[in-house]
Amino acid sequence: MNEGLLIDIIIGISIASVPLIFAAIGELVVERSGVLNLGVEGMMIVGALLGFVVQFHTGNSYLAVLAAVFGGMVIASIFAFLTQFLLTNQVATGLALTLFGLGFSAFVGRAYTEETIQLIASSNIPLLSDIPLVGPLLFSYNPLVYLAFFMVYLVWWFLFKTKQGLILRAIGDNHDAAHAIGHNVIRYRLLAILFGGAMAGIGGAFLSLVQVPIWGEDMTAGRGWIALGLVVFSSWQPFRVILGAILFGGITILQLHAQGFDIRISAQYLSMLPYLATIVILVSLRMGAKNKTNRTMPNCLGRIFHSTT
Amino acid sequence: MIKLIPRVENSKAMILLSPIIALILTALSAFVIFVFILEDVKVSNVFFTLFVEPFTDSYYFSELFVKAAPLMIIGLGLSIGFRAGIWNIGAEGQYVVGGIAGSAVAVYFYDVEAVWLLPLMAIAGILSGMFYASIAAFLRVKYQVNEILVTLMLSYVAVFFLSAMLQGPLQDPSGFNFPESRMFHDSALLPIIWEGTRLHIGLVVAIILSFIAWFGIKKHMFGMQIKISGSAPRAAKFAGFDDNKTVWYTLLISGGLAGLAGLFEAAGPAGQLTPGLPSFYGFTAIIVAFLARLHPIGVLFSSVLIALSYVGGENVQIDYDLPKSITQIFQGMLLFYFLACDILIKYKVILFKTIRQTL
Repeated sequence: MNEGLLIDIIIGISIASVPLIFAAIGELVVERSGVLNLGVEGMMIVGALLGFVVQFHTGNSYLAVLAAVFGGMVIASIFAFLTQFLLTNQVATGLALTLFGLGFSAFVGRAYTEETIQLIASSNIPLLSDIPLVGPLLFSYNPLVYLAFFMVYLVWWFLFKTKQGLILRAIGDNHDAAHAIGHNVIRYRLLAILFGGAMAGIGGAFLSLVQVPIWGEDMTAGRGWIALGLVVFSSWQPFRVILGAILFGGITILQLHAQGFDIRISAQYLSMLPYLATIVILVSLRMGAKNKTNRTMPNCLGRIFHSTT
Repeated sequence: MIKLIPRVENSKAMILLSPIIALILTALSAFVIFVFILEDVKVSNVFFTLFVEPFTDSYYFSELFVKAAPLMIIGLGLSIGFRAGIWNIGAEGQYVVGGIAGSAVAVYFYDVEAVWLLPLMAIAGILSGMFYASIAAFLRVKYQVNEILVTLMLSYVAVFFLSAMLQGPLQDPSGFNFPESRMFHDSALLPIIWEGTRLHIGLVVAIILSFIAWFGIKKHMFGMQIKISGSAPRAAKFAGFDDNKTVWYTLLISGGLAGLAGLFEAAGPAGQLTPGLPSFYGFTAIIVAFLARLHPIGVLFSSVLIALSYVGGENVQIDYDLPKSITQIFQGMLLFYFLACDILIKYKVILFKTIRQTL
């Protein structure tokens, strides 16, 4: 195997993992606040669509990314309103969000299925990107790639180094107690859900603005669900999201390269691998765990909060 | 802002009214959407095509039940699982696998004319659906892996498996390399119960199954068990109910039913195994189950309602050049409104303004 191919594979893995990092780190904050939003897939596809549409019409990548963030937040706010104010079942509402998001984006995106856009270019940081090996591996990515890794750091910092982060975690673990000492449970959860929507939106936009210059109604292909799996895999610890995403990205890229190399397995079986790997990863994680219950899981995850006072 | 005041007792009137309110809100939203996207078209005409036309023509009317049958069967299984808090979200996968296995039997015996063929296909469909769901049950019981994620991942796998089968062992040898199976011969096709339409025996089976499920839930201890496991898991433990059994039973039932629905779709309207089998019914059935409030008899009605959105939606697509996704949007909206309106059952909803006046 030559060096060029290896570099290609490593870059490919990083890029494949970015949408998952965005979506999973957003959902991680949501779940830390005690809310389970199964609408990640729906929010991602809406982000992918809006990013594409704005890029197509304006050619302005900044606007396109902002539109994706905005779109993710708007559709997340439906979920927020229903679950936080009308106390609906979070599983059902999240599923509805995914079904609605897929339908909505397919409907609006119909006019764009034959169009192509200019992809957001890689940044090629001057001087640093010219260093052999290290340059292409570390300093020649799209700016959004760096943003993804930075967001993971930011979320870790927020959750574990700020007072608000502590309160958010407390709310996720015991909303009644947090409410009793005067914290606004609903406000924290609303903001967390909106943040989750924004991150899912960017994650989706990464697919349509960086990975492929076209729009397709099935372009998220289950990545939103895989991101949900990654949050479980991470045991709700931000940095482990990166590890999970790279594992998954690795399998995705390797199966693509294997399809290129005339290995005698049909493409369909190779395409199953990322999905099967997600299951295997989830199982192996539980096999390693000593106690039966998952202790790091936020206690109030998915539970409805309603204060009578 | 809004304020919720808990009712002492669930409002009986609202149990009946809230679905109707949800329907009206969905219709109103649909109206607004049509006004925006359709120019020079009378929206009342669109509404006629969507909601009334399927009832005026015998073919459309029969199609209503052709589409409702698989939704009924899958939705029934899901409603039993959801009651117990077991979320089989990947019924689509079990549906596809059931279709593949049942079709494999039909293709294997393609030169055999026999009455036992169809039952054998149905058994293959059910067993394979059960097997596929049992993977999730096993992983949940043994390793506490979330069944939502496992069933979903497996539904993606199933679609790739279908494609592999249709370009491999199940491909029609004289089919010019199209990824389709042989056409099933007569004894492998579901009997038609309404001459001249595609309405098949699957509808009858679906209705019978609904009543069996209703009876089972009402009269059998198992019904009690799943109900309590879902609504009060701690109480279920004290009562000595076996959690693992609930997981196994509900996933096997919902998987088997989804598998049966998949086989019915292949041996019914399609008449062969095609790449078009994964028709999103497995996901739409989730909406069906919720609209039925997870009640087996409710599923009979909610499946027809959702089928109406398919049949009416298809007519609208043809008449007004709209995409297929319009149906999905309405289905998603209907579920949103339905979930939202359920608040009226348990709470009085008061706007802050009116509170100030009453104080």
